[in-house]
Amino acid sequence: MTTAIRFILNGTAIRFILNGEEITLGDFGPTETLLDYLRLRRRLTGTKEGCAEGDCGACTVLVGRLIDGRLVYESVNACIRFLGSLHGTHVVTVEHLAAKDGTLHPVQQAMVDCHGSQCGFCTPGFVMSLYGLWLSNEAPSRAEIETALQGNLCRCTGYEPIVKAAEQVSASRPSALFDPLERDRTEIAAKLWSIQSENGTIVVEKNDENGTARSIVPSSITEFADILAAEPKATIVAGSTDVGLWVTKQMRLLNPVIFINHLPELQSIASDEKGITIGAGVTYTQAFDLLSAEIPTFGRLIDRIGGSQVRNMGTIGGNIANGSPIGDTPPPLIALGAQLTLRSHSGRRTMPLEDYFLAYGRQDRLPGEFVEKVFVPRPAEGAHFAVYKISKRRDEDISALCGAFNLTLDRDGKVEAIRIAFGGMAATPKRAAHVEEALTGKPWSWNVISAVRDAFDQDYTPLTDWRASAEYRSLAAKNLLTRFFLETAGAPAELRRFEPEEA
Amino acid sequence: MDNTTFETKNTINGPMHAALKHDSAHKHVTGSAEYIDDIPEPAGTLHGGLGLSDRAHAEILSIDLDAVRTAPGVVAVITADDIPGFNDVASTGQHDEPLLAKNEVQFHGQPVFAVIAEARDQARRAARLAKIEYRDLPHWTDIDGALENDGPLVVQPMTLRRGEPEAEIEKAPLRLQGHMYIGGQEHFYLEGHVALAIPGEDEDIAVWSSTQHPSEVQHMVAHVLGIANHAVTVRTRRMGGGFGGKETQGNQFACLAAIAAKKLGRAVKFRPDRDEDMGVTGKRHDFRVDYDVGFDEEGRIHAVDATYAARCGFSADLSGPVTDRALFHADSSYFYPHVHLTSKPLKTHTVSNTAFRGFGGPQGMVGAERIIEEIAYATGKDPLDIRKLNFYGKPGSGRTTTPYHQEVEDNIVARIVGDLEASSDYQARRRAILEFNENSPVIRKGIALTPVKFGISFTMTAYNQAGALVHIYQDGSIHLNHGGTEMGQGLYVKVAQVVADTFNVDIERVKITATTTGKVPNTSATAASSGSDLNGMAAYDAARQIKERLIDFAMRQWSVRRVEVEFLPNRVRIGAEVVPFDTLVRAAYYDRVQLSAAGFYKTPKIHWDRKEGRGHPFYYFAYGAAASEVSIDTLTGEYQVERTDILHDVGKSLNPAIDIGQVEGGFVQGMGWLTTEELWWDDKGRLRTHAPSTYKIPLASDRPKIFNVKLAEWAENAEPTIGRSKAVGEPPFMLAISVLEALSMAVASVADYRECPRLDAPATPERVLMAVERLKGMG
Repeated sequence: MTTAIRFILNGTAIRFILNGEEITLGDFGPTETLLDYLRLRRRLTGTKEGCAEGDCGACTVLVGRLIDGRLVYESVNACIRFLGSLHGTHVVTVEHLAAKDGTLHPVQQAMVDCHGSQCGFCTPGFVMSLYGLWLSNEAPSRAEIETALQGNLCRCTGYEPIVKAAEQVSASRPSALFDPLERDRTEIAAKLWSIQSENGTIVVEKNDENGTARSIVPSSITEFADILAAEPKATIVAGSTDVGLWVTKQMRLLNPVIFINHLPELQSIASDEKGITIGAGVTYTQAFDLLSAEIPTFGRLIDRIGGSQVRNMGTIGGNIANGSPIGDTPPPLIALGAQLTLRSHSGRRTMPLEDYFLAYGRQDRLPGEFVEKVFVPRPAEGAHFAVYKISKRRDEDISALCGAFNLTLDRDGKVEAIRIAFGGMAATPKRAAHVEEALTGKPWSWNVISAVRDAFDQDYTPLTDWRASAEYRSLAAKNLLTRFFLETAGAPAELRRFEPEEA
Repeated sequence: MDNTTFETKNTINGPMHAALKHDSAHKHVTGSAEYIDDIPEPAGTLHGGLGLSDRAHAEILSIDLDAVRTAPGVVAVITADDIPGFNDVASTGQHDEPLLAKNEVQFHGQPVFAVIAEARDQARRAARLAKIEYRDLPHWTDIDGALENDGPLVVQPMTLRRGEPEAEIEKAPLRLQGHMYIGGQEHFYLEGHVALAIPGEDEDIAVWSSTQHPSEVQHMVAHVLGIANHAVTVRTRRMGGGFGGKETQGNQFACLAAIAAKKLGRAVKFRPDRDEDMGVTGKRHDFRVDYDVGFDEEGRIHAVDATYAARCGFSADLSGPVTDRALFHADSSYFYPHVHLTSKPLKTHTVSNTAFRGFGGPQGMVGAERIIEEIAYATGKDPLDIRKLNFYGKPGSGRTTTPYHQEVEDNIVARIVGDLEASSDYQARRRAILEFNENSPVIRKGIALTPVKFGISFTMTAYNQAGALVHIYQDGSIHLNHGGTEMGQGLYVKVAQVVADTFNVDIERVKITATTTGKVPNTSATAASSGSDLNGMAAYDAARQIKERLIDFAMRQWSVRRVEVEFLPNRVRIGAEVVPFDTLVRAAYYDRVQLSAAGFYKTPKIHWDRKEGRGHPFYYFAYGAAASEVSIDTLTGEYQVERTDILHDVGKSLNPAIDIGQVEGGFVQGMGWLTTEELWWDDKGRLRTHAPSTYKIPLASDRPKIFNVKLAEWAENAEPTIGRSKAVGEPPFMLAISVLEALSMAVASVADYRECPRLDAPATPERVLMAVERLKGMG
């Protein structure tokens, strides 16, 4: 262990609850996944590996954790969830649902009754996603059911019977005593509370042919900053929805790994008169309620990022920190003028978000720095703000392009200010400076829009890849300006699967 | 089993035609259904990893595996030289598909070696450490590339011809020519390929394989090991989805596991990662269809001449029968008075394409529906009117002969389409959509009603046979085994229903057991939708034999006439006496009656001469129709399916619940093929859509928002199939063509329906937008 690290060592093992069993685990590597642990070490084989990248949901389990003192269960992808991120949680697998006498849980029974399984391989994952929905929503709408199932692929049924099962099970809810999590909620919460109350950092070491690998679980943000100063090459993992794939697909060896998903200081999201401040550890799910209340169009975008499992793990901070040119949140954040705060052992610095993205794969983050929070100014009174994501499949897909528009008109209907940012159009998320300039001061009119749209060609030279061709990206970007104009003109023309009253 | 002793109920649980749940449903939802990777591993089980080429086409100059061999956990490395028998897994005997590449690689991602390690993770890591030197050779990965390079064919093409197509096209009042691209499709079974080989004494080897064709895995394992078939036992309890992707593609994993297991004397498991699975296993063939059609002002087809060129990949695999079936369905439901159809099974430097639900049939039909669209836009009519005008007629109409000279004798397409047209309110909705489109600048709608007529039988006649094995034990419990495999389609429960029905006993008495080459030999792939037709009949045959023996015994023992023996629910009336079923069984055992039987079935009537393009390849046809309504965004090409109505013919359904599931699931899978599922290779020949992050199958939120699915309850198979049912696996897949056609209509609206949009598949948002732009440019 590097001597420069200063912290109180709390232990060399993490503690969590697996179904009904308390676990103390001190022999695992920093990139060992929850799925492998369940299947290989515990022989809990109900949880399946379908893709090992968080896209199919066959590995869905619930993870319970205390959020502001309340025990919340969320569906997650066990295939890209590292063990080191499970300290102080309750892991629930499909084996925990049925009663000891074999009586099926109502969610399982509904799947049987509605013929919701064919080959059955995806089924445990669907059961767990439906179970997560059942726990959190007594009367889900069709839209909410589909949202809950965005992270689960089924290749056999066509989904109709699974959606019907979700509807059937919400119609009849037996006593809470039947459900293992409702029954044991108080006891579990107390146990998790007791685990969390222990102070100090946990370091789990694993020796193998590659040497000693460490999982570091700091107990506070200050300790995290100190550790990162001493270990500037450490990989920081919050949701692991991106880093997980470095391991499962690229077979990268990461060492050490610092887990930060549990740090309460990074999990605050709050709004004031100026805007919204989002801690780097806030998951998409945690951000959804506030964001969709304050900036509804942003909320609708969040609902199209990954599936529920990914949104329950992935963070907006991580989406920024990794600097992907196709990350979904940077375009709207840049268009809104978001400010990014980086923190290190020696202090903080704040910059406009667009300045953080230097080039493809390169960000303005110094060794020892981490993303602490992002401040999102509220759109000006009367401003028009919209964000549009274009992808091959509507849900749980990565953007071909994603464009955000933030427009303020003056009293004469002229463009006082406009910020336009796109992802998928350049090596980084990038503003459309030429288009913005060509519009500023001009009347916000069909003629002006038509004249200006080709200026996108000066801003972006997109690539052709498997998500879209360069030609499509260029044309769609221009057409999104048209869509935005129509929306501001009171004639929105965007396809919606559900009318607002249905959702 | 004695709880039925005093039973007097009037019906059994689970007769034929009952809507039973899937036999494993309870196990599916609890996670206790066992897939191969869930089986407890024998002590010392090793794990395999694949070493893959990173060139599309190259000569191998040298292979340096030192770093692989010395990597942590590695026990052995297997190259082509370590194969004791034949380095060949070509399923149709063409010898064009090595298990491991030796001197030449022919696609990016082709297996060159296998590494066997203590842990799967170690094997995967070690496989990346090889140093292979190549000399690049010219490569092409798509159909146009193959045509430009005058690339070879992987098998002899097929030609179907009737009448004077060339002359009649010239003579027809109107003529159109065009071409269409139809994309391929990844199976995306949720359970990837997996095999576990356990070595035995002498040459014996047992293999658990996730395969639709255990007999072929058996033959292949014997072939690569150079041993007799009798030394190899292959078992399959269930697959986590197959869809054709496990008809031949499991061979390589089973063979590598078996070679390593025999070499090392330890159990060996191969379970490729999803990316590897998608890289090294074949997909649905993509096609380019070039068509030339002569027709009249009414829209009646006079003659069709079409060429179906397919991307087959580097070897034949099943490309011959797949491209054949494309031609067999290039007529969809339409009578072509004069016709010439040719296939071009092209070699490309990509993974060898294979079976996938529909087996070329869907591509054939999509081409036919494009021709219908062309005629509709040229004549200014609703495509549905053109379809109806060109349907095959009833016997005696003179419009019943297919391009392969089989007569369509059981035609119910007009009734199915008529019923659906009424129940879906097609005409009123189409009028409303035309009006909506006139007043909607950005969002446009489309509706289409398309038919399905799908020929049932393997076109390879020998495959149309099946065996089954039924035992009754002394307690009256029944053991059922047959050659069909369970991949989620509900075959096991359907065949169990047949057996329960035959003995008139509750289905709980029938134990469904894993498909095993040791119990029923020489089986066919569970494919071509034939599973319940073939295995249901074979199981019926076995059960019937035992039942006959029980009747003979009862007649003997009770001294009654045959008509006095009647199988009532769970009991048997013998003369004046009523005996519980298990009592009769036990008594029969003591009288030394054989309570085990092997059943057999072969499909009657069928024959096929491929060279002549003439015969009776199909026992019967399955029919259906779908009406789909979509909305598109003409600024971005995004779309959604608003509503789909389906009426489908499964004859007299063996199990309506299972069949509805096949129809719904097949439709959504077909919709994915024609919309968001796009395979994309880069210029190096790398498949870049190699995982669900990049390859997008439908989600719950993609299925039709309103989804009305019905079976044609009046339907009954004209042929004496099991229970007068019809095959259901593949036909519903093609109901999804209605979605492509509806999208096309929505696109056509931007040019006032004067131009055929020529929307290719998959109709991604990009293709929809580009078609909109093209039509706007013409408008």
